[in-house]
Amino acid sequence: MQTMLKDATAIVGIGETVFAKNLAPSELELACQAIKAALDDAGIRPAEVDALSSYTMEETLEFEVARNLGMGDITFFSQVGYGGGAGCAAVGHVAMAVATGVANVGVVWRARKRSDPRKRVWAQVSPRVTDHWKYSRPWGLIRPVDEVAMFWRRYMHEYGATRDHLANVALACRRHANHNPRAFMYQRPLTRDAYMQARWICEPLCLFDNCLESDGALAVVIVRAERAKDCRQPPAYVHAWSQGLTRQHQNMTNYHSANPLQGAAWAAARNLWRQADLRPQDVKVAQIYDAFTPLIPFCLEAYGFCGAGEGGAFTEHGAIELGGRLPINTSGGSLSEAYIHGMNLITEGVRQIRGTSTAQVPDADVCLVTSAYVVPTSAVLLRRL
Amino acid sequence: MIEGIPLPSTDDPLDAPYWEAAQRGELVVQTCRACGARRFPPRPMCPACQAFEHSWEPMSGEGRIWSFVVPHPPLLPAFAQVAPYNVIVVELLEDTAIRMVGNLVTAADGQINAVDPATITIGTRVRVVFHRCADAVVLPRWVVA
Repeated sequence: MQTMLKDATAIVGIGETVFAKNLAPSELELACQAIKAALDDAGIRPAEVDALSSYTMEETLEFEVARNLGMGDITFFSQVGYGGGAGCAAVGHVAMAVATGVANVGVVWRARKRSDPRKRVWAQVSPRVTDHWKYSRPWGLIRPVDEVAMFWRRYMHEYGATRDHLANVALACRRHANHNPRAFMYQRPLTRDAYMQARWICEPLCLFDNCLESDGALAVVIVRAERAKDCRQPPAYVHAWSQGLTRQHQNMTNYHSANPLQGAAWAAARNLWRQADLRPQDVKVAQIYDAFTPLIPFCLEAYGFCGAGEGGAFTEHGAIELGGRLPINTSGGSLSEAYIHGMNLITEGVRQIRGTSTAQVPDADVCLVTSAYVVPTSAVLLRRL
Repeated sequence: MIEGIPLPSTDDPLDAPYWEAAQRGELVVQTCRACGARRFPPRPMCPACQAFEHSWEPMSGEGRIWSFVVPHPPLLPAFAQVAPYNVIVVELLEDTAIRMVGNLVTAADGQINAVDPATITIGTRVRVVFHRCADAVVLPRWVVA
């Protein structure tokens, strides 16, 4: 179908800080570094920015960002909720603002110092739970890994998936990170044996099923298509995007809907493909939110790369590695590059479209980027024109 | 980090009847007075017919294990002490669309690590028991039926 948004905007700048544990600068300073780098990459001055979007969990506010970078009037700003579900939606919000002419130059950013164990969200749980989590936390289902493991155990039962499938995911991301000098796991290989022998975090998930804990910041710059052609870098056009929330979905502990194994991403996927001129088989490379390995098979199904129950088997025979049918998370992703709430998946998607990834897929003219599976989420389809 | 286990608020008018029933040793599920649809966790409006009026219907307390996990550290201190332990999701026999998070135990007031995780399987029949914990909160738990 024709939409007002299709290919009307493009990501023309990407920027990031180093990724590390215990970085000295504040989150605000990291945000400023990343946004300045993204604007420099595009060849756009900070004073031209008039739209901003980030996550509700972002602690650097719009006015702080704007007055540090010397931006002028900001005429559109939004925040998207649900943690790791927000990244692609923030891009989508700015793309809509820019495509409709409400604004002209948009920036999306995420700055997070997450490596300190005290910053773990689950460690800050209150003694009395008042929201929907009161029906899970008192029994010791506390951390996101516990909540995700519950889906994966059921998935193994229903579809015969195995730990080897999750190892395929962990090893693919690690091998891609091994090429990426920016990644935590650059030149640090992982073997299947090491995966299988790793300590449990929440059975059936082990240490290597969990993402990294890292500090860093990233930003992207979005402009309309006619301006994009004049920027320094090849544009990564926003072909389509969507948010997603399925019927009766419950944030994280989505155990109560008719089919808990078809969560929020299924809604985002249906609406993404409804708008797009492209089909799943046109996607050459994907950056799929990987806070936990099971989210990869879940998303492979949701976004239509295989049928329901086939996501585990899809990972076999190197299909999700460079050279395979659908290489994923070519920077190493959240599992092996850095965990900055999925923003590094968006910048890597842009690199693939530009042809500048450290694990470059040949002729990567279409890249799917997704946000988290287990929360109200979002996805964006990037392309080269 | 909190020292004890996180407890549910039990004085919210929305779902206080659920926790009060647990005090009496009853497992109840919110049921729409207009169309009869059950819903869990509790909420103000019936998603099937948009009515607000509801009752709290006692269930038999029988169910089946829908899924389970076994958490290991790092955990909140109260759970780290008993790790590894189990957390299960139970689907009720009366209505398999109603699923509840709980623990599989050998007795109502037993430890949540008493059952050998290697013996837990999806589909196992369970029945509810009630555990009185801190601050007079009563939590439903499950034993093998």
